[in-house]
Amino acid sequence: MAYTEEELKKELEQQEYQYGFTTDIESETFPVGLNEDIVRSISKKKNEPDWMTNWRLEAYAYWKTMKEPNWANVNYEKPDFQAISYFSAPKTNNKKSLDEVDPELLKTFNKLGISIEEQKKLSGVAVDIVMDSVSVATTFRETLAKDGIIFCSISEAIKDYPDLVKKYIGKVIPKTDNYYAALNSAVFSDGSFCYIPKGVKCPMELSTYFRINQAGTGQFERTLVIADEGSYVSYLEGCTAPSRDENQLHAAVVELIALDNAEIKYSTVQNWYPGNKNGKGGVFNFVTKRGLCHKNSKISWTQVETGSAVTWKYPSCILKGDNSIGEFYSIAVTNNYQQADTGTKMIHIGKNTKSTIISKGISAGKSQNSYRGLVQVGKKAENARNFSQCDSLLMGNKCGAHTFPYIEAKNKTAQIEHEATTSKIGEDQIFYCNQRGIDVEKAIALIVNGFSKEVLNKLPMEFAVEAQKLLEISLEGSVG
Amino acid sequence: MSLKEKLVSSFLAFELDADINSAVHDIRTKSIREFEKIGFPDRKNEFWKYTPIKKVLSEKLTVFKKKRHLIDFDKVKDFFLGGIESYKIILIDGAYDPLWSNTTHKGADICILSSVLENDKYSNIISKYYNKLIDKNESFSLLNSSFSKEGAYIHVPKNIELDKPIEVIHINSGGESSLMLQPRNLIILEEGSKAQIIESHYSLKDKNTVSSKSNNDHIDPLTNTLTEIFVEKNANLDYYKIQNDLNTTSIIDNTYIDQKKDSVASCHTFSFGGNIVRNNLNFYQNGKNINSILKGITILGANQHIDHHTLVHHASPNCESFQEYKGIYNDKSTGVFNGKVVVDKIAQKINAFQQNNNLLMGDHSSVNTKPQLEIFADDVKCSHGCTIGQLDKTALYYLKTRGIPKKEAKGLLTYAFANNVLENVKMQVLKTKIKKIIANKIGVSLGFEL
Repeated sequence: MAYTEEELKKELEQQEYQYGFTTDIESETFPVGLNEDIVRSISKKKNEPDWMTNWRLEAYAYWKTMKEPNWANVNYEKPDFQAISYFSAPKTNNKKSLDEVDPELLKTFNKLGISIEEQKKLSGVAVDIVMDSVSVATTFRETLAKDGIIFCSISEAIKDYPDLVKKYIGKVIPKTDNYYAALNSAVFSDGSFCYIPKGVKCPMELSTYFRINQAGTGQFERTLVIADEGSYVSYLEGCTAPSRDENQLHAAVVELIALDNAEIKYSTVQNWYPGNKNGKGGVFNFVTKRGLCHKNSKISWTQVETGSAVTWKYPSCILKGDNSIGEFYSIAVTNNYQQADTGTKMIHIGKNTKSTIISKGISAGKSQNSYRGLVQVGKKAENARNFSQCDSLLMGNKCGAHTFPYIEAKNKTAQIEHEATTSKIGEDQIFYCNQRGIDVEKAIALIVNGFSKEVLNKLPMEFAVEAQKLLEISLEGSVG
Repeated sequence: MSLKEKLVSSFLAFELDADINSAVHDIRTKSIREFEKIGFPDRKNEFWKYTPIKKVLSEKLTVFKKKRHLIDFDKVKDFFLGGIESYKIILIDGAYDPLWSNTTHKGADICILSSVLENDKYSNIISKYYNKLIDKNESFSLLNSSFSKEGAYIHVPKNIELDKPIEVIHINSGGESSLMLQPRNLIILEEGSKAQIIESHYSLKDKNTVSSKSNNDHIDPLTNTLTEIFVEKNANLDYYKIQNDLNTTSIIDNTYIDQKKDSVASCHTFSFGGNIVRNNLNFYQNGKNINSILKGITILGANQHIDHHTLVHHASPNCESFQEYKGIYNDKSTGVFNGKVVVDKIAQKINAFQQNNNLLMGDHSSVNTKPQLEIFADDVKCSHGCTIGQLDKTALYYLKTRGIPKKEAKGLLTYAFANNVLENVKMQVLKTKIKKIIANKIGVSLGFEL
């Protein structure tokens, strides 16, 4: 008998989070709650210099005066910031080679299908794995070092390259930028640091896998990527979290700096636990990502968002230099009770700046998916050019798709185009596929793939396959 | 004393001789209380983010008129459509002018609202329709409900198709200073009826002779108008708004339109005048097969500011809405477009389209636009598009090589840009009138019959 839509729906609802498991590694966790002492302790634990400790304290002092924002089109119970533990590090630390790494940890990565050995040998991707905030294994550093590329955890960078960190940290996203950025600045536990020297084209894709593991720990990552004049780097970030009942908070900060003629390509696949079919549990993802473009430089954000219970994320580009280019390609998939409010900001300041926004939103189940974007052309931004397209695909009549595009033009030479559509998968399309012997589920996968193709094509090869799989997993059978 | 306090305290005097048992008095009292609670919006309010409305809310404003102005026919007739007969309701500085108006009670009620509010004969109408559609959280709607006494009342009975269009003309005599006007219109189209209504704002003062600096004490009026429209089953409404007042007067316009099954309602907004103009145009669709059309042309210059907020709420299946707004911004003018389409869960098979095109011509002109979709149904076709750009340089060059001077060439292209909104105006005389205003506003004679 044919596979009915009802069955499909059921199957989807029952589908458990594939990566829902916890690793038993002894962790060192701070007492819950947040105060000045905790901030100091985090800093001390990481042997940070005084300027860093003070920087954190300033951020904390400012954070205390701020209120949690509630303008986004999402509903959730506000996390209790005094009920979170702000630091958690696996006890087994400072491993030089893979043999020394906790086998449990390696198993986790194997379950995720990203075994380090394999990565090392086959894919040519250097992985700086972040497991509950502390970098436990960094690979390929030597290869990168030959070109003068620095790729390490941010805590190492603070110790080893204080000048670079001091010069750039908080420059794109000030510690007072917003509520979560301030919180992150105060308590960030670890993250990645990357510096590409002048004229160097990074020979491989740099990659980090985030994974929220310890129950009840907030994850506060800090990433800083600096591409010096004329350099190029492609950076991948993938995230998954095990299944847990309490909502976990993730408030990361990612800063990109592209100096003159440099290019940064930043890709994200986010597959954090979205909560179960009743909307219980799941990760809160409140991330601040922003890139600064100097002359003739280019920053390109690509994201595939399939996870998290609540997403609140706007990777942005500040096109400060003349002739700089900003790009944003996004697929956001929401299912069950997931809520996503995501989009981008393109701030045109320099002359002849260009930006492109392609956003694809897919909502299924009882989820709410919003695109919120800002295109701003300043008074002096002569000949700014923007093209935006945001398409939404609705599956079922219990979900919602929303678009909030803000367009502000203050220069008469600006050329801005924006278009948006909302539609569903046509019955005729499915019928056409059925006729040709493709079952409903495959047909949907096919159509969704076609719908998101423009964005998928922008992902590096290694990620494109994974992303495609993720799309299928998160949407299987959700069409009514 | 702030304007808010002043208005609240003047309410007592305003309603001094009112019948305290009347339903209208009750509405007014409730409205002023609500207004007192929420006050005026500031720019932290998302709804007013781009419009500095505080700028025109001077504490000198008052709801009390000083004197009555009479106007010669010679001056008034320029504002008429001309060439065809029409019903007319003329309000000079907010007060009804019976001299040049042309009302009727034959076949349909086309008269002034004050006579309806004060007449017991209409108490059914008041309880059924008056103040039923307004957004109770919107400051200016509440303010209008508190102070409005005059405006147009149009009631077209079942299956009546009006023989003539209706003109509602607001004239600013220029003789009043600091006046805050609160005109209010109530329009009811019964089942199967049809009407064409033109609401316009003009000023008697010549635009060129006005200098706001010459007389510091003089503040041009702020008009806070509210219109409630009920379009019943199978009825057909054509509504036109012409906002061509002085560049120093301001208009806040709240229009609420409730549509029933199989009805068609269109609203064209032509905005040329005003210091700050805010249009809140709300369409509520309650029934199947409804069609709503919202179109607008805006041409601004100097320091003018316009804010178009539209809302189309699709609450029933098989309906359509179509929005097209064109904006041309010269000098230091600013434009805002915030179009919102909401599609409810049960409203399947909706076709909603929204477009906003803008030409930035002035060095310091700016546009903020936010075409917004909120969709909860899956079987819908909703799309929006928006552009900000300039005149095509190659097209301009082409025209110049054909011996057309730059200014005229620009005028032609600008005119062409706005034209397809104009094409939908069904009334020929109105089309000609608007074309004239546009030619005048662009400042060129286009060399062909407009």
